[in-house]
Amino acid sequence: MTTTAKVPVPIDKSAEPVAVPRRAALKAPIMLGVVTLLVALLVGLGARAGDTTFQLATDTDFFDLPEITLPSTATVWTLVVLLAACTAASALLASRGRRTPLWLVGLFALLAMTAFLTWAAADESLTVIGLLGGSITLAVPLVFGALGGVLGERAGVVNIAIDGQLLFGAFAAAMVGTLVGSPWGGLVAAMLAGALVALVLGFFAITYFVDQVIVGVVLNVLVIGLTSFLFGQVLTENPDTLNAPEHFSRLPIPVLGQIPVIGPVLFRQTILVYLMYVAVAVVAWALYRTKWGLRVRAVGEHPKAADTVGIKVNRTRYTTLLIAGLVAGAGGATYTLVSVPQFGEEMTDGAGYIALAAVIFGRWDPIRATLAALLFGFASNLQLALSVIGSPVPSQFMLMLPYVVTIIAVAGLVGASRAPAADGVPYRKE
Amino acid sequence: MSTNDETQPAPAGAPAAGAVKDPKEPPQQPGRFDGVLREIVAGNAMVAVLSVFLAVVVGSLMILLTDENVRDTAGYIGARPTDFFSAVWTSISDAYSALFRGAVYNTNLEGFQGRIRPLTETLKFAGPLILAGLGVGLAFRAGMFNIGGRGQMLLAGAAAGWVGVSVDLPTVLHLPLAVLAGALAGALWAGIAGFLKAQSGAHEVIVTIMLNYVGYYLVFYALSKQGLLQAPGSLNPKSQPMPESVVLPKLLGDRFNLHAGFLIALVAVAVVWWLLNKSALGFRFRAVGENPDAARAAGINVGRTYLVVMLIAGGLVGLAGVNQILGTTTSGVTVDLDAGIGFDAITVALLGRSRPLGILAAGLLFGGLKAGGFSMAAAEGIPVEIVLVIQSLIVLFIAAPPLVRAIFRLPKEATA
Repeated sequence: MTTTAKVPVPIDKSAEPVAVPRRAALKAPIMLGVVTLLVALLVGLGARAGDTTFQLATDTDFFDLPEITLPSTATVWTLVVLLAACTAASALLASRGRRTPLWLVGLFALLAMTAFLTWAAADESLTVIGLLGGSITLAVPLVFGALGGVLGERAGVVNIAIDGQLLFGAFAAAMVGTLVGSPWGGLVAAMLAGALVALVLGFFAITYFVDQVIVGVVLNVLVIGLTSFLFGQVLTENPDTLNAPEHFSRLPIPVLGQIPVIGPVLFRQTILVYLMYVAVAVVAWALYRTKWGLRVRAVGEHPKAADTVGIKVNRTRYTTLLIAGLVAGAGGATYTLVSVPQFGEEMTDGAGYIALAAVIFGRWDPIRATLAALLFGFASNLQLALSVIGSPVPSQFMLMLPYVVTIIAVAGLVGASRAPAADGVPYRKE
Repeated sequence: MSTNDETQPAPAGAPAAGAVKDPKEPPQQPGRFDGVLREIVAGNAMVAVLSVFLAVVVGSLMILLTDENVRDTAGYIGARPTDFFSAVWTSISDAYSALFRGAVYNTNLEGFQGRIRPLTETLKFAGPLILAGLGVGLAFRAGMFNIGGRGQMLLAGAAAGWVGVSVDLPTVLHLPLAVLAGALAGALWAGIAGFLKAQSGAHEVIVTIMLNYVGYYLVFYALSKQGLLQAPGSLNPKSQPMPESVVLPKLLGDRFNLHAGFLIALVAVAVVWWLLNKSALGFRFRAVGENPDAARAAGINVGRTYLVVMLIAGGLVGLAGVNQILGTTTSGVTVDLDAGIGFDAITVALLGRSRPLGILAAGLLFGGLKAGGFSMAAAEGIPVEIVLVIQSLIVLFIAAPPLVRAIFRLPKEATA
C-alpha cells in the first residue's frame, strides 16, 4: 500500500519488488498467520459448546433453503485447520518469491469470518440474509462516497471533503425533500449539494492552487459548522415544514428478488441501492472504456502530457470533480431519505473518512473501492447483528473490528499500490 | 486565474505537507525561509487580517439571514428601510459584542476581576488547542498528516486519568507521573501510525483515522468496565473525579479557571521551536518533509524519522488530552474529553502554518472564538457552530492569498 498524494515516492521505492522482493511477499503470510493465531486463541480460550444455526431462507423465495446447523466447536476447529492451510500455502508461495493471490486472501477472509460467526453464535441462530442485506444498506453512503473519491483522485484532485459532501447531501435531502414533498426532490438536492462542495473544493484547489488536503479537511469542518448552525437556527424551529422528509420505501424487484439468498440480499432494497449498482457499473465503465475516462486518467497521471495533446487539464478536473460531487451527494441522501427520518447534527459521523479509506484500500479503482466499502458496511452490520444475539465479546471490541481490520489490511495485505501520479498536484500551465 | 500568482509557487507557505506533496513540483528555491520572512514583512500579515475580516463578514451574513427580526423587517424594507437597517445593526452588534464579552473583557460586570475573567477563559481554551496544534503541525513539517488527534487525546486522557485515580502519591510525584503517562500514551498511539508507515508504507491518514475509532472504543470499554476506569459502583461510562493531588494548579487563584496547562502549552511552543529550528533532529524532520527522496539520498533514515516525529507529535497531542482531564474537566474521564480539540487542532496548525509561533497565535485566536462562541450562544441564542464556520473560512482564505488580494483589489505581492 502506498499513499495518496502526499508522499508517494519513498514508499513506492521500498514496496517495489525490485528493492525488497522477499519482504513484500512475506507480508501476506505474516498477516494471515496472525489472524489464524487470533482465531485459534479465541476458540481455544473461550470454548463454546452447542450448535450454530445459519438461516438462509425468507418466506417469499422460489424454494426454501434448509437451515444449516453445525456443531460449533468442531466446525470452528476444522476452519482453523483450513485457515492454517491457507497460511501455509501463502508462505510456500512467499518462499518462492511469489505474491499471495487475491483469491486466496478472499477465501481466507471468508473462512475466518465463518469461523468467527460460528463461534460467536454458538447455541444461537444467525439470519445470514439479514446480516448481508443490512450490510449493503449500511454500505450505500460509503460506496457512493468512495466512487466520488475515486473519480476525483483519478483526475488528480485529492478529495478529503467526501464527509462534507455526504453531510451536506444529507442536509439538503432532508430540507428540500420536506419542502418539495418528494424524496426524489431530496435526492436531486443532495446531489447538487455534493456538487456545490466539490465546486468550492475545485475553486480553491484548482484555481487557487491551495493544498488539496487542507481544503478538504477545512471544507469538512465548514460543512459541519454550516449544517449544525442552520439546524440549530432554522430546522429545529420548524421541524415539520423543513425537517420531515418522505422516505424512499423498499422496492423489491419481482423475479430477481425471489432467488434464495441473493434475492433478499441484493434485490429487496430501496431505489438508492439500485442506483448504487448502476453508479458503480457506470463509473467503472466510463473510467476505463470511454474517451472521457482516458482523458480523466491522463490528467491524473501526467497532466503536462495531457495538456500537450490538447486536453484541457483544469477543465477536465473541474468537470470530473463536479460529477464526483453529484455521486457523493447522492450517498448523503441515504442518511435522511432511508436510514433516519430527519437530519441531525454531524449525522455522518465521519463516514466520509471511512469512504476515503475505502478509496485507498481499493487502490483507486472503482470496483475494488466498492468492495472495500461493502466490507466496512458488513463489519458495522456484523456488530449490530451480534449485539442482537448477544455476543460473547464486549460490544466495544465488535465496534472496533472494522477499523482494526482496515489497519491490518492497509499495513499487511494491500501491498504495493500506487496513487495516480499527479494526485494532489495543482496544474500550472507554463 | 493562474496568471494571478505566477510568482508565488506553493500555496503561500502552506504547511510542509503542501511542499512535500509532489516530487515533480519545482524544487523549493534556495532560501525558502528567507522567503517566509519576506512574506510576513511584505504584506501577508495584511492578508491574514483581511482573511479574518472576510470570515467575520460571512459569519455576519449567516447570522443576519437567520435572524427573525431582520427577516421580518426586510419584509417591509420598502416602507420603512430604517427598521431593517437598525435590526441588522442590532443583530450584528449584539452578536459580536457578546463574542467580545465572552472572549476578552466583559463590560457588563462589576470589578476588574470579573471583567477580565473572559480573557482567562480564552487562555484556558487556548492551552489544549496550542498543544494539539503543535502535534499536528510538527507532523506536517515532516510530511505526515496526523488526523488522529482525537484518539491520541482520548488515550492520553484515559492514561493520565488512570494514574490519577488508581495511584496514591503526593502531588510532587503524582502530577508529573500522570502528565508523563498521558504524554506517553498519546505518543504510543500516534507511534503506531509512524511505525506502520515506516515498516509497510501504510498511509498515515488512514491509520490515524482508524486509530481514532479504535481508541474511542478502547477507552469506552475501559470506562464501562469495573476495575479498569469506571467509577466503582457506577453504571455510567465515566471514571471517578480526579483527586486533588493530580489536578493542575490554578494560576490565578480559585476565582479563575485558568490552570497550569497553559504554561505547559507555552513551554511546548518554545521546545518545539527549538526542536524544529535549532536541533539536528528538527533538521531531519524538515528535510524529510521537504523531499523524502533527497533526505534519503543524504543519508537520513526516512522510516525512523517518520516514527520519531509521530512519537513526539503524539506526545504533544497527548499533553492536550492531559490538559483536559487534569485541568479543565477534572470531574472524570469520559469519551468526550477531547471536546473536538483533536480536529480543531488541524485548523489551528493550518492557520499557524505549522510554525510554533504561528500555532501559538492561532491557538489563542481559536481559544477566544471558542470562549466567545459559548457566550454568544448563551446571550443571543446563536448556535455555537457559527464559530466552526468562521474558523474554517479563516483557514481557507489565508491559504489562498491571491483570492483575498483579488477581493480587496490589493496589488500583487511584490515579485521575489
